[in-house]
This record gives sequence, C-alpha cells and structure tokens, in this order.
Amino acid sequence: MGVGVKFETAGVHLTYPGSPVPALAGVSTSAEGGGFKAVAGPNGCGKTTLLRVMLGLLTPDKGEALLDGRRIEEWEPRRRAQAVGVVTQREAFPFPLTVRGLVGMGRYPHLGPLQAERPTDRKEVEAAMAECGLTGFADRDVATLSGGELQLARIARALAQRPKALALDEPSASLDLHHRMRIFRLLRRKADEGRTVIVVVHDLELAARFADEALLLKAGKVVADGPPAEVMRTDRLSDLYDWPVAVSRESESGMLRVTALEGDPACDDRQAELVDGSD
Amino acid sequence: MKRSSSVAVGLTVSLALAVALGVGVGGAEVSVVDVFRALVGLESADRGITVGLRLPRVIMALLVGGGLAVSGAGFQSLLRNPLAEPYILGISSGAALGAVAVITFGWVAAASWGLPVVAFAGSIFALLLIFGFASASRAVMDVKVLLLAGVAVSAFFGSVIALMMTLAEGSAAQRALLWMMGSVANSSWNEVLIVATYTIPATLGLLGCARALNLLAIGEETAHHLGASVERMKRIVLLLSALIAASGVAFVGIIGFVGLVMPHVVRMVVVADNRVLLPIVFLAGANFLVFADLLARTVISPTELPIGVVTAVVGVPVFLILLRRSG
Repeated sequence: MGVGVKFETAGVHLTYPGSPVPALAGVSTSAEGGGFKAVAGPNGCGKTTLLRVMLGLLTPDKGEALLDGRRIEEWEPRRRAQAVGVVTQREAFPFPLTVRGLVGMGRYPHLGPLQAERPTDRKEVEAAMAECGLTGFADRDVATLSGGELQLARIARALAQRPKALALDEPSASLDLHHRMRIFRLLRRKADEGRTVIVVVHDLELAARFADEALLLKAGKVVADGPPAEVMRTDRLSDLYDWPVAVSRESESGMLRVTALEGDPACDDRQAELVDGSD
Repeated sequence: MKRSSSVAVGLTVSLALAVALGVGVGGAEVSVVDVFRALVGLESADRGITVGLRLPRVIMALLVGGGLAVSGAGFQSLLRNPLAEPYILGISSGAALGAVAVITFGWVAAASWGLPVVAFAGSIFALLLIFGFASASRAVMDVKVLLLAGVAVSAFFGSVIALMMTLAEGSAAQRALLWMMGSVANSSWNEVLIVATYTIPATLGLLGCARALNLLAIGEETAHHLGASVERMKRIVLLLSALIAASGVAFVGIIGFVGLVMPHVVRMVVVADNRVLLPIVFLAGANFLVFADLLARTVISPTELPIGVVTAVVGVPVFLILLRRSG
C-alpha cells in the first residue's frame, strides 16, 4: 500500500457528557492506503465524532482507534501530523493571516520549535498552493477569500504537511459546482497516488462517483460499509434519511443518481410504497 | 521579512534614544555627555541621579512596557480574542486587592517589600482561582470558561476593592488610588532585577512557543491536527504570560492599554505571525512606556502625571487612527 496509512476502529462507543444518547454505539470500520472512503448519514449520526475519534481528538469510552496498528492517542502529536492531514468543518481567523501564512502552518510538524523554515519547507508550501490553484492568492489575507478559495487554502495546508492520509469533514458542503468538482478530483488523485482519503460528505452522488467505499451511519451505528454501488440502495437510503429516495443509474455515464422524492413518509404511506416499488 | 527587520532596527534605535532621553530629562537637567559618561561607568557629578534614580526607573518602564505587550499578545492568541489583555484573567484585580488591603489597613509600614509581595500573591491567587474554574471538570482547559471566569472574578474583586476604599480614610484611599493608576517612579535596582528575572525568561519562553501560538490562534482542533501538544501549550502560554504581567503589576501597579493595543498595532503595521510579532511587540511596548513615562514626568513638571493616563491619552488616538486606516 506504499505511501498510505491504515485507519481502524474497533467497537467504538462514545457518549458526550450530559447527552442522553450515545454519539457512537459500537462502530468498527477501516480505511487503507489507495482507498477513498466516504462517510455519510443524516445530521447528528456521529460522522464528525467518528472522525474525531479516528484522529485522536476524542478518546472513546469503549473500543479503540488505531493508526497503522497503534492506538492513535499513543502517537506523538507531530508524528501523527506528519502522517495525517486534516481539514475540519470550519475554523476562525481572529487575527490577520495571509494564504501563504495559513498554508505554511502545514510545516509545523516538520520543524522544531525554534527552527527556521528551510528551503524545502518553502518549496512544499509553494507546491501545495500551486496544486490547489492558489499561487496568485499567496499574499491575500484569508479574510478576503471566498468560501471556495478559503477551503482550497485549508486543503493546501493539509497537503503541505506531506501526509500519508487526508481526512476532511464536509469539505464541499457550502461550495459551488466548480469547487466541489475541483476538491473531489484532487482528493481522488491523492487516493490514486496511494494515500488514504477519508471524507465526511452529505452529497451522496459525489460520494458514489469518487469514493471506493461508503460508510453509512445512523444514530451512531454502522448501517452499511462497502462499495457505493452496493451500499446505496433505495430502501436503505430512504430508511437512513427517513425520507423517500429513488436511486437509479444513468445509462450513459453509469453514474449513480440519488433523488429525494416528494412527501413525508410518516404522513403519506402511499409515497413510501411507491419508493419500495421503484428499486 | 525585510520590512519587519527594518522595523525592529528602527525600534531598537528609538528605544536607545528613549532611554538616553529618559535618563537625561527630569527635574535636574543632566547633559547628554554626562548621561553617556554615567552609563558607561565613568565618574560624573550627576552619577547619583542618573544611575541611582533615573536609570532604574527607565529600565523598569522598558521591561514592564515590553513585558505587558508580549503578555497581551500571548493572551490574545491563547484566548483567540482580540479583546484579551494581560489583566484579563484577574491578574490586575488580584494584585489590586492585595495592594489596596495593604495600603488601607496600614500594613505597609511593616516593610517596603511587603506591598509587591502581597500584590504578586493576589495576582497568582486570582489566576489559580480562574484556572481552577476552567479546568475543574475535565482534563481539558476551556478557554471560554477561562475568559468568563476571569471577567467574573475581576468584577468581584473590583467591588471588594471599592468597599475597602470607601471604608478607608482619605489619605489611604488616595494612596490606593495612585497605586492602581500605576507608576514606575521610585523603582530600585533590586525591583528592576526581580521584574527582569520574570520578564526576560518568560518572554524568551513565549518566543519559543511562537509557532504553537500561531496554531492556537486559529483553533485548538486545527492546532491538534497540525501536531501541537495543545493542552500543554495552553498551560505554558498561560503561565508565562501571567508571570510577566503579575511581576510588573506587583511593582508598578496597573498600567492599562499597553498590553491590549501594542499587539494590534504591530499586527496592523508589520505582521501577525507570532514568531516576528513577539520580538517586535516587546520593542514597541518598551518604547511606548519609556516615552510615556518621560511625558508623564515632564508635561507639568515638577508634578508627575499617572503613567496610565499618558498611555491612554497618547495611545488611544493613535490606535483609533490606525484602526480606521487599516479598516
């Protein structure tokens, strides 16, 4: 598997303090180098929590999260950041910061506390910006960027870490078609280079199109985990989202189409029957 | 990089000038030649005034000004809040509680070093109280709770101070008020040495954390993913920033504005990267307070203005103009 790392979780349980229900209730899954894994499910199903457990930000109540066979919390923080680059849902910028400054933070795990940036660090930063099409933006303040540009800058920072794996939480949630495609094409390329890619995503068609595997979660439990075409079925998705859904395959491109149908199944049984019959 | 080094050189030159002026100007005029002779250790008629009285005062202003500015930058990054400043976590109100108690209860007669010791103890007490609130329930120190507890504890101490002042007799209340407005007058070499012992190593320590501070400023989750040891870094930054502020407050009282505004001025004019910002902000804060002290004791000489009044009266308009220009 070359440049990738392996993520594994085994029987992970986690309940947030003060919460009556568990956020994760026995999740076991894995992701390997060269693979692109999409994590999907309704809001609040535990996607982000699972990612945080996998990345050592949260310690599970029960079960364990492993990175390359070692418990994630045992990894020395800088070593872990050399292995995995992460793009969280959002971050705040209370003080001025240029794009180059933001992307340059990706070199943190490669430098000692007092070590000045080496020429190689500067090269990595420029290369990461170029890969995300940000060269012309290098000296812009991040506060002046559009949502799509900012997201590319944050992805460039993760790339500047030169990681063996990338983990992203809804990287394209509020972005336009152009930026969505650009980001997912980039991630696909990283997976093809042998890296491990894990992405939390709401757009099921994007997930089906780019990912090798889809993990569906509901109420902290695994509903399905496997190739998107096998996992994303009409009955399963309708049940997952509590909404009638039709899954079809385009005859020319072979691409999966997920269409939400009209009506609320709870108050309209006929719609629900229609859905069952359409698979 | 080019710009920041020229700013650093400019500030160093200006600081040297400020120190020379600060030693030379005062009730008794001392010529530039004499200042130089005294500083390099040559005998001179005015050596007593310059080295014994004015130089420690000027060096105190330099250390406290630089220290407060660095401490403010540390707190702003740690708390991710542009309104944070060195006194935000009860350091000033704790010190004031101790100092005002000493003054109004008349304990100060006991020993001249008693007041700074009690003030420092007050700062550390307030800090520990707030730290306790913020990390009571979990292994994680919540900076939002830190901030809120800081404001609450400061307000509580403030009202206790007000009560003590109301009950105190006129002259004691007046002295307490003067202490709270801050002054570098009558600093001795011993006091300078103590402040330097805290300020210089702590400033160097914060400089060592500069890269981690940059990460903390954009969020603890991102800092974690970029490889920072977040909880350890937060505690180190809190401790170092607090020690700088507390040691200064103990000896010179509360000098506002420097720690809040200097980091913003440097961010607006030069750079926000803490690796460059911290050394420059130390120089800027040192410059600012040495010049402010110079103004404080010359504007209506022989009466001295409280230094905190000068920092605000001169600093606020400059800051507002910069804010408008950069906004």
